[in-house]
Amino acid sequence: MQIDVQTVNIEQKNQTFTHLKKRFGDKKIPSRYQEASYDLQAEENLHYRPTWAPEQELYDPNLSKIRMNDWYDLKDPRQFYYSTYTLNRAKQQETMESNFKTVESLNLIEGMPDPVLAVAQDLLIPLRHANYAANMNNTLVCGYGYGTVFTQPCVYHAMDNLGIAQYLSRLGLMIGDVESLEAAKQDWMDSDAWQPLRRSLEDLMCVRDPVEVFIKQNFVLDGLLYPLVYQRIVDQNLVEQGGSGISILTQFMTNWYLESKRWVDSVIKTMASESAENKAVLEEWIDSAANHFTSVLLPVAGLAVAGNQADELVSEAHDELLQRAKKAGLFK
Amino acid sequence: MDIKKTPKKLNVKEKYRLMTRDLAWEPSYRDEKEIYPYVDYEGIKVHDWSKWEDPFRLTMDAYWKYQAEKERKYYAIIDAHAQNNGHLNVTDARYLTAIKLFLQSISPAEYASHRGFARVGREFAGVGPQVACQMQSIDEIRHAQTQVHAMSNYNKFYNGFKDFANQRDRIWYTSVARSFFDDAMSAGPFEFLIAIGFSFEYVLTNLLFVPFMSGAAYNGDMATCTFGFSAQSDEARHMTLGLECIKFMLEQDPDNIPIVQKWIDKWFWRGCRLLTLVAAMMDYMLPKRVMSWREAWNIYGVENGNALFRDLARYGIKPPMHWDDVEKSIDHTSHQIMLGLYQWKFGTAFHSWTPTASDIEWLKEKYPTTFEKYYLPRWEYAIAQKENGGEYNNFGLPKLCQTCQLPCLFTEPDDPTQLAHRETEYEGEKYHFCSDGCQHVFEQEPEKYVQAWLPMPSLMQEPLKGDLAAWMEWASLEPTASGEYANSEDKANFEKWRKQVSTD
Ligand SMILES: [Fe+2]
Ligand SMILES: [Fe+2]
Repeated sequence: MQIDVQTVNIEQKNQTFTHLKKRFGDKKIPSRYQEASYDLQAEENLHYRPTWAPEQELYDPNLSKIRMNDWYDLKDPRQFYYSTYTLNRAKQQETMESNFKTVESLNLIEGMPDPVLAVAQDLLIPLRHANYAANMNNTLVCGYGYGTVFTQPCVYHAMDNLGIAQYLSRLGLMIGDVESLEAAKQDWMDSDAWQPLRRSLEDLMCVRDPVEVFIKQNFVLDGLLYPLVYQRIVDQNLVEQGGSGISILTQFMTNWYLESKRWVDSVIKTMASESAENKAVLEEWIDSAANHFTSVLLPVAGLAVAGNQADELVSEAHDELLQRAKKAGLFK
Repeated sequence: MDIKKTPKKLNVKEKYRLMTRDLAWEPSYRDEKEIYPYVDYEGIKVHDWSKWEDPFRLTMDAYWKYQAEKERKYYAIIDAHAQNNGHLNVTDARYLTAIKLFLQSISPAEYASHRGFARVGREFAGVGPQVACQMQSIDEIRHAQTQVHAMSNYNKFYNGFKDFANQRDRIWYTSVARSFFDDAMSAGPFEFLIAIGFSFEYVLTNLLFVPFMSGAAYNGDMATCTFGFSAQSDEARHMTLGLECIKFMLEQDPDNIPIVQKWIDKWFWRGCRLLTLVAAMMDYMLPKRVMSWREAWNIYGVENGNALFRDLARYGIKPPMHWDDVEKSIDHTSHQIMLGLYQWKFGTAFHSWTPTASDIEWLKEKYPTTFEKYYLPRWEYAIAQKENGGEYNNFGLPKLCQTCQLPCLFTEPDDPTQLAHRETEYEGEKYHFCSDGCQHVFEQEPEKYVQAWLPMPSLMQEPLKGDLAAWMEWASLEPTASGEYANSEDKANFEKWRKQVSTD
């Protein structure tokens, strides 16, 4: 017997899975993002309470002050599921790989003015420790947040932060070998400029409300840090001073910030529009953290630019962040 | 520091250390206990987290690159499978029972494992295990998603796939896997790693994935066997993580040994009970069989297990407590489970059937000391009932084991004619168990297992109050997806479509 399965046209019984039909109807075939994301987390009849915190449920929306009627409203506009996420990052890492090659083959680091390299060393390399904290914080949100569409991008974001820490480490190795990393760690642990940030991150690592961690890390801190460090200091100041090579090696960070803030903003917007209570909680978190991190980042900016310019850059970043918050429906 | 110094060549280990281990720092503004609040309460003592040996050394750029290659290949194959009506290439529609069970039980477990590894990837106080666990976390969401995507096409044509999300939380037999993973996730971080990383991934995974994936390959299911192959290198990493974590715990402090031993005893038994469903799948659900459950157990259970526990003996670790009971049960469990599933087939979201004449010959050959003597008569009785126009159903609800949540249908280890049944009283309530192993697990932590959600009793409570039809609707148990295979729409459709595409 021969079978030629390709020729036959047979009628489908189900367009989609029932849980997707309930959410989206069955006029349209659901996307792979939808299939990969909605209702994957166990929802009811959880068997045992955590022995580590018996007052909690195994998946517990009440770990946060934020309340959602449906946590699956918090979708990722990038529609990242594992496959689209890895394919995107693989492409980006290919670009980064050729960027590293270019910088190496053209000896761009050796040709760079000393002050530029000093800024790269003092400002960028210690940041790999801050990325490690962001990795931990996003891992917490993924572990303890509620609903796959909210938690799934957080594991990607955690791994991205690890990737960024590793790109920074490679940059360090290029500019000053292992000693670069050692000096940066020394700075991170002891130098005055970094202590406020290190202290704030240690504080944030003690917070257990997954949404609060998400807001303070991904929206507030990153929303100040990336525009300040990568968009302004690296891509403008350092480039003007002959540091294009550095800018090439931090291209991933610049693009990643632009890409991921779409997701972060959309999550905040959805949470804020859910209720006045959510809005008040978000505003309180953002307001206090934005003021706090602005002052924390001032001495960090001071590593690259003179005092008054540091003030200016940091307050620009602060304004930009508040603009984003307003666009997301807050502080109105 | 000398900027612009020519970098030395670093070896892989040193480079990886700098890229991950060196990122963390010792907190000085906050106490470690505030950052890692759950790392102590299980009693595992860790003196030096830096002694953790990285089980694999993958930086993120390499991870993205390798994984993206696999993803590209995987989706190309399942796209082609869907476009070409690849589902018609399976041996026959009986095979689908195996993958329905997989989607309803195992894919949700992959997801739970993703969340569990994210949690322990945050809770361990050392960056080595943190990063290794985070990588497993992201791999596990991959597995859940690739499986759902592979099954999505089968769902378009057959019953029993579409309600897997609801069924994960409500069906009686899915609660076997659900409660297993809930149990691990509600344990502390170290126990989670022994449960999932070591017992499940290292000791038992070959008994789960090899049967399913080779079953898929033998039975023409390209979609399932492709995700199996695609996950293989992930699994290899997970196994090395599982082994590293047990060695790490054992080497850190001798006081850890009895705790770890207790967990091995528990999770080995829990795992073997879960695998009885795989046993039934291997011996009964595959139209083309790969090997018997007994044969698989001999290779992946006995041979691998012996080697492993010989190796762990130098730490003072003994083989799992109920090993002998498992060994004695191997020639029985698949038959007992399948007879159970068959008699409760009105309440399963997959079809079952009585073995055919050639199935019976095969079962006799593979189980020469047990099948003909103990189980063939019961199958013959069921077959006779069917031939007389009746149906072999048991509308009485099975009594579920409080620990493993399987029906209490297993026999005494030393007497296959006696149903095993154990009881323990705890705080004035009686609890039932299928075995000494499950009773033992309960008695170690009764305050945990009394919380188990048992799907059968819930039928008798509010709001269903014994209304079987309402219960079936609530659990998405549609008659078209349940019951005897011979009468099923799946069979009729499959045969009709196959005829359409076949030429002599
Ligand atoms: Fe997996
Ligand atoms: Fe049991």
